[in-house]
Amino acid sequence: MALPQAKHDATEARLEGLTRLPGGAWLSAAQDAALGRFGAMGLPGRRDEYWRFTDPATLNAATAPSAALMTITDEAPIFGDIDRVRLVFVDGVFDAAASDDPDLAGVEIERLAEAGKTDIHWSRDVYGVLEARGQTPVRRPFAALNTAFAQDGVLIRVTGKAARPVHLVYLHESETSDAILHHCIKVEQGAELTVLENGPGAARFNKVMEVDIADGGAFHHIRAQGRDHERRAMTHVFARLGEESLFKSFTMTANGVLTRNEAVIEFTGDNASAHVAGAAMGDGDFHHDDTVFITHDAVNCESRQVFKKVLRNGATGVFQGKILVRPGAQKTDGYQMSQALLLDENAQFLAKPELEIHADDVACSHGSTSGAIDEEALFYLRARGVPRAEAIDMLTLAFLAEAIQEIGDEAIRDEIHTRLEAWLMRRRG
Amino acid sequence: MLEIKNLHVKLEEEDKAILKGVDLTVEAGKVHAIMGPNGSGKSTLSYVLSGKNGYEVTDGSATLLGHDLLAMDPEERAAAGLFLAFQYPVEIPGVGNMTFLRTAVNAQRKARGEEEMSSAEFLKTVRQKARELEIDADMLKRPVNTGFSGGEKKRNEILQMAMLAPKMCILDETDSGLDVDAMKLVAQGVNALRDAGRGFLVITHYQRLLNHIQPDVVHIMSEGRIIKTGGPELALEVEENGYADLKAEVA
Ligand SMILES: Nc1ncnc2c1ncn2[C@@H]1O[C@H](COP(=O)(O)OP(=O)(O)O)[C@@H](O)[C@H]1O
Ligand SMILES: [Mg+2]
Repeated sequence: MALPQAKHDATEARLEGLTRLPGGAWLSAAQDAALGRFGAMGLPGRRDEYWRFTDPATLNAATAPSAALMTITDEAPIFGDIDRVRLVFVDGVFDAAASDDPDLAGVEIERLAEAGKTDIHWSRDVYGVLEARGQTPVRRPFAALNTAFAQDGVLIRVTGKAARPVHLVYLHESETSDAILHHCIKVEQGAELTVLENGPGAARFNKVMEVDIADGGAFHHIRAQGRDHERRAMTHVFARLGEESLFKSFTMTANGVLTRNEAVIEFTGDNASAHVAGAAMGDGDFHHDDTVFITHDAVNCESRQVFKKVLRNGATGVFQGKILVRPGAQKTDGYQMSQALLLDENAQFLAKPELEIHADDVACSHGSTSGAIDEEALFYLRARGVPRAEAIDMLTLAFLAEAIQEIGDEAIRDEIHTRLEAWLMRRRG
Repeated sequence: MLEIKNLHVKLEEEDKAILKGVDLTVEAGKVHAIMGPNGSGKSTLSYVLSGKNGYEVTDGSATLLGHDLLAMDPEERAAAGLFLAFQYPVEIPGVGNMTFLRTAVNAQRKARGEEEMSSAEFLKTVRQKARELEIDADMLKRPVNTGFSGGEKKRNEILQMAMLAPKMCILDETDSGLDVDAMKLVAQGVNALRDAGRGFLVITHYQRLLNHIQPDVVHIMSEGRIIKTGGPELALEVEENGYADLKAEVA
């Protein structure tokens, strides 16, 4: 089907500045296929069902709107106390000198820019494959664009229980950078890995992570999205879960004029669990969108979505979450919760929670709320001597606690809690 | 200590007068009790003194050690030494009881220009006071009042009072919902704090709490006014004859 002329032109313009990563047979084939998908879809518009609440204009623009750099000198780097393998990308380009030696027992780590040159590679079965599966029933044009034009990324194959997490650090050093990164992670049977991510990445950052988890595998993902005010990020996580596998993902976001995080999760094996959670804090010119799609296509799987947003001074939060239970996916346990705490009247929360169930023996629940601070609780704290601003922060952290609680590792949970507390304290001045 | 003069209060949202000229002075070292039927304005008085929103003072004054209470924010009143044990303590999911207590203690100290309490000292003090009130470690760890029984909530109020060591303590129906044993614990907690520099205003509907906390002065409140003031014997009189007789007598 041909695109309308205007959309066609915009799509052409968007592609103009992009170059493909030179690759061997497997990568070229994946890029070709993705370009085909993207060409057929074109760029998203406000009238697309899942772009009503988030304006894609700056993501569609031929060049990235510039984003001022934010130098933070007054705080220790996040996850700094955790023994980990650090891999650093500067504006989307791998920085070997700044990175650790990727030497981790049971884990093979390669650069996409290197491994892409080979003709045969394991990631042929993952790269662009999970993304393509995630294109129906909802289109995700920026993910296809990413597969076709990613400039770098890591390909990680996990065959054992990794002793240390892999930490992907995304630095932003150029005001006009337009980065596209694509990671593939293959967790083999019974293997386990934790991936940490943080940093703004670029002025405009398009990132895809495909995670393929074999039977009995486990994958943990904790992400802290950069504090840059003006950055824009469009991210996708695609996950496919085998039997008795576990997928856990938590994202903390503070600041950013535009963030859209999509999580597309598919259960293909029985008795698996997937938990996605997020805690977002926005002040002023902040737009944060969580778009989640979970497909249950196996028996006795559990999925959980817990998203919390604290918004003030005109900040906007969006949640679009769907649980799809395919015929035969009996004993599905699906839970979805999205809540916003609106600290003033200018903040807004737009939610589109959806359930589509084609099996009869399932337990699915969802709830979405937005509300102001609890005045009774606020008075109680103040009556005990806690100043108003501090009391509001305590209640804000308490509100986010349920999402933070979704992080399995206690040290990381404490770290995230401390960061959120620090962010609130800086705001308080 | 606490001086209330001709206090008139109405609801902010509607034209409904609730306190219609309350006069009351609590001296340091004394325990005053306020008794009165439901709806007479006892809780309203305690809320207005501690600074809750929703009420408008249309006349009169209230001072604590000479400071104009009504001009202060709730947190300033607390730092100045005012404490209200709530009739209905608020549940705050997500805020740990210990964190809350420590934050409150140190916020008050900071406001008064005093040094913060060290973690070690805080822990030692809180454990000891919790033990006296039979509050176990689990209750200290749990979120503030969340899932607490009625009695646990009231004991938790007294624990906060003990930790904050306020100058003027107002207890609003701290006895309601307590069995005899819990009431004794609460009364012990209050009695332990009685000293020459501290004033108490004990609000209660029934006389029984006053068997355990001996008041110096008893006031009867009805329809927004103190209609009678006397000694401890007044409480017994109410217990025997109810409020109706008293009201008739005054009218
Ligand atoms: N926030 C409020 N909104 C509406 N009515 C109120 C409010 N606070 C108090 N009142 C009314 O004021 C009167 C006194 O209430 P209260 O102070 O709770 O009495 P008491 O504690 O003596 O039982 C009652 O008639 C009550 O309904
Ligand atoms: Mg009352």
